[in-house]
Amino acid sequence: MVKLFKSLFGASGVDPKQAPTTESTAEGSEVSQATGAGSDHVTVSMTVNGEAVTGEVEARTRLVQFIRENLRLTGTHIGCDTSQCGACTIHMDGLPIKSCGILAVQADGADIVTIEGLANGEELHPMQEAFREHHGLQCGFCTPGMVMSAIGLVNENPEPTEKEIRHHLEGNICRCTGYHNIVKSIAAGAESMKGMK
Amino acid sequence: MYKFKYHRTSSLNEARSQFGSCDEPRYIAGGMTLIPALNLRLDRPSDVLDIGHLDELRGIQDDGDTISVGATTRHAEVAKSSVVQSKIPALAKLAGGIGDPLVRNRGTIGGSLANNDPSADYPSAVLGLGATVHTDSRTIAADDYFMGAFMTALEEGEIITKISFPVPETAGYGRLAQPASRFPLIGVFVAKTSSGPRVAVTGAGPGVFRVEEMEKALSGNWSAEAIKDIAVNSDEFASDIHASAEYRAAMITVMAGRAINS
Repeated sequence: MVKLFKSLFGASGVDPKQAPTTESTAEGSEVSQATGAGSDHVTVSMTVNGEAVTGEVEARTRLVQFIRENLRLTGTHIGCDTSQCGACTIHMDGLPIKSCGILAVQADGADIVTIEGLANGEELHPMQEAFREHHGLQCGFCTPGMVMSAIGLVNENPEPTEKEIRHHLEGNICRCTGYHNIVKSIAAGAESMKGMK
Repeated sequence: MYKFKYHRTSSLNEARSQFGSCDEPRYIAGGMTLIPALNLRLDRPSDVLDIGHLDELRGIQDDGDTISVGATTRHAEVAKSSVVQSKIPALAKLAGGIGDPLVRNRGTIGGSLANNDPSADYPSAVLGLGATVHTDSRTIAADDYFMGAFMTALEEGEIITKISFPVPETAGYGRLAQPASRFPLIGVFVAKTSSGPRVAVTGAGPGVFRVEEMEKALSGNWSAEAIKDIAVNSDEFASDIHASAEYRAAMITVMAGRAINS
């Protein structure tokens, strides 16, 4: 199933008249016009939260902009815009990365999961539930990135120590909490994730 | 970010020929240096040539006496590699301390070396181990590669393909993190190689360099004790709010000692 986001074309500041002349592509295909003479507009296709999506964007569009502005998934936040704060953390092909530090076109063909992709309907992901239970947040701005980063840690290290959790959070900055409840939440979330699948 | 044209290259040859035909081209692999620079409008390329997905540039190979690391191999891959962990554990440890876990999933060794930030970790391992930088057209010994902060022996458009690290008898890395950025304020990589001890320093300011006096002292006596009274000249070091040049110099001796004991 390929979803087209052409209706949001205007919203991303792209003049449709200058759009590339290529056809929208099916999933798994090459980036159009991305070779040869190069192009300042590109078609990108990827899987986001299990759904195939395609969009036409400027080459300079970063993945976080594509997610927020084209797909309207605004749970992924932009904090520093220079790959330091981690508010934009998402998973690409199973690994947590900062979506402000990668062009959308670099993620062409990738499997992306954002904070919106975690819950099962009304049922929160165990890590989200742990952040709620242990109040691992104050203002909440960094929280989506914290949760995505935490799940990345637990996927690799199912029983992280407190020290390992604190080290892992080097790339996720919270300016409210002093991290104490975030660390507690991640330890609890790791424990409940053992019951998954 | 200013506008640019994007090219997804399908081979090294194509990347190189496109580089030659563009006004102000940049290569991109992991993008951990280029993208923040573009975000801040510190750079304005006409064309961005993506080499990040070329399979021939990625992966770690055990060649017996050496380990080869492909240019677009991620820091996290080097840190977790069983080959690197067993043969040059200090290199795995260094890679596992670069940036943060999210950055390590994207950043590449080739990108770090092509940029040659004077506070980057990798240059100290490449120089400290006496590694060889392979490019699409030649090989460059580490001693000839680094030319000062942000300067390298690479020609315009030349692409790093892999780094080969000779396996040392032993090696270590001592690192004092700058408190805000967590970049190494001082990082010292020491190695006991087949051609003698090597000591390489990053973070002091002028770009990575060797400390010959320490290397001499270590050749007869591989111990922290042997170098503890060696003071490095601080004349060319950076002085800023994080550390004076004198403090950086003092920390080189301390971190070298920790690297030997690590």
